[in-house]
Amino acid sequence: MSNVLVIAELVDGHVRKSTHSAITFARNAGAPFSILLIGAGAQAAAGELAAFGAAKLLVADDASLKDALAERVAPTVAAVAKAGGFDVVVVTASSFGKDLAPRVAAKLGAGYAPDIAGVKVDGGKLVFRRPMYAGNAYGYCEITTAVKVVSARQSEFTAAEPSGGASPVEAAAVAPADAAAARVQFVSMEAAKSERPDLGEARVIVSGGRALKERFAEVLDPLASLVGAAVGASRAACDAGYAPPELQVGQTGRVVAPALYVAIGISGAIQHLAGMKGSKTIVAINKDPEAPIFQVADYGLVQDLFTAVPELVNELKKG
Amino acid sequence: MKILVPLKRVSDPDNANKIKISAAKVDTAGLEWKPNPFDEYAVETALRLTENGANTKARLGEVVVVSFGPKEVEATLRAALATGADRAIRVDATDDQLDGDLVARALKTLIEKEKPDLVLLGKQAVDGDSNQVGQLLAEYLGWPQATFAGSIKSENDTALLVAREVDGGTMNLRVTLPAVVSVDLRIVAPKSVQSKHTAPTHTYADGVRFAALMAIMAAKKKPLVEVKLAELAADTALKIKYTAFEPPPARKAGVKVKTVAELVQKLKTEAKVL
Repeated sequence: MSNVLVIAELVDGHVRKSTHSAITFARNAGAPFSILLIGAGAQAAAGELAAFGAAKLLVADDASLKDALAERVAPTVAAVAKAGGFDVVVVTASSFGKDLAPRVAAKLGAGYAPDIAGVKVDGGKLVFRRPMYAGNAYGYCEITTAVKVVSARQSEFTAAEPSGGASPVEAAAVAPADAAAARVQFVSMEAAKSERPDLGEARVIVSGGRALKERFAEVLDPLASLVGAAVGASRAACDAGYAPPELQVGQTGRVVAPALYVAIGISGAIQHLAGMKGSKTIVAINKDPEAPIFQVADYGLVQDLFTAVPELVNELKKG
Repeated sequence: MKILVPLKRVSDPDNANKIKISAAKVDTAGLEWKPNPFDEYAVETALRLTENGANTKARLGEVVVVSFGPKEVEATLRAALATGADRAIRVDATDDQLDGDLVARALKTLIEKEKPDLVLLGKQAVDGDSNQVGQLLAEYLGWPQATFAGSIKSENDTALLVAREVDGGTMNLRVTLPAVVSVDLRIVAPKSVQSKHTAPTHTYADGVRFAALMAIMAAKKKPLVEVKLAELAADTALKIKYTAFEPPPARKAGVKVKTVAELVQKLKTEAKVL
């Protein structure tokens, strides 16, 4: 049986919720798992993962790890994986996980299955299911090396809930950084300031396209605030500067699967559909009745968004 | 500055919903081969970094493009040469002989010979959607990496200031060359790339440049060499093995609603999401 090492992602001294998807992967793999909390302040965050059923919480807490640079984090992840005899290393496929996981795989001589949507044990082997071709195909793959590294797509692994108990905490040695670390310097983080839920965690997402133009926020904000939604955007809206890039939903942006996704003025390019067609309920509002978004929408409303969205806000306020 | 750009050709991404899937394989017959869009962006970025934007005819550095595949990928390489790259290398292999890890290990050998100052590549190929070769390559080379670059500013060609598009916003890194940088969508915006040769006030046209007919003709004379995969990687065993494929889960057909009131009513009573 496998022994899984889950890498937790820390942001501002707390465990990012995306980590709970990697824990679900470990549970689905039917294997014992431990969690590595790595970063400056990791010790203080360990309590947040105490009750998820991990065999151990391994903590690598060091000031040098504060900016989560792969050149600094990967050596310790690889060393912990080796020392603990872990044969599967998993991280959620966030931008942190995607940046880090291949470096860890290369260090361990491990095969890497990126952005997987499912795992099953078949004849003693782990088989991974992963989306390809902008979500138009799913491939089943095996990793042929003894040690395996995977990143798990957050929208496909429902966030794990605590299962009780208190996992023992153990310090993990911080390995020396790669020589390459001397040649990369963190300069600054321009963090998106938002009171709204993260796109990966929101129950409702209100998402806008280029049709909103400069009125992107003016039109979407009242609706998003009213229903407690995260705000997303199409690539076209981000490219045009109507919405910041971190809001982009799609094949190459964030991949989301909320309970309700409201696509407003989004035509529905293949690349956008790849990022949201796993949503439970999809609503499309678009004045073009031929827009491809209607092919995936559960409820389509052919209407000008500039009248429909304010009307929707008023209708919802009626309660 | 010498820049090496690995590129991949992919089946037409705008028609990815037309691929045929059987249990054994993904069949892209009937779909045109196109350069992976992110790799095209990497070529454009490399060109911008090795020129004065006011005179894009003069290459102030060298751009080498590399692709893995059968003879027909030479069309992809020639297209990159036509836009301004200087020379091309084709690593002879069939698609089923390759995985991302092997490509990265072979590139490592090639790069140790070519000694570029910078490797620029797309953050992912839009067929496998893996997002891995840049990071694997950086580790194998022992180089720093800056993934998901939305903008790059050269600091006298000894270091790059890279704005990375990450989940929580934009992370700015400074990497000292040589380094591996993978590019994201916004890298081809008019002011995303600032070379040391170009005036900061210069504005590029949005997107990638197109080759003029003369340049397409001239590209046929630019050097393109073939290298055998086995010369670059001693171990050609694959680390990932695909055993089956399936189409995505189908969504049930939706309905059109006539009014906002009807929409709200259905969301409340039928979908029960509000």
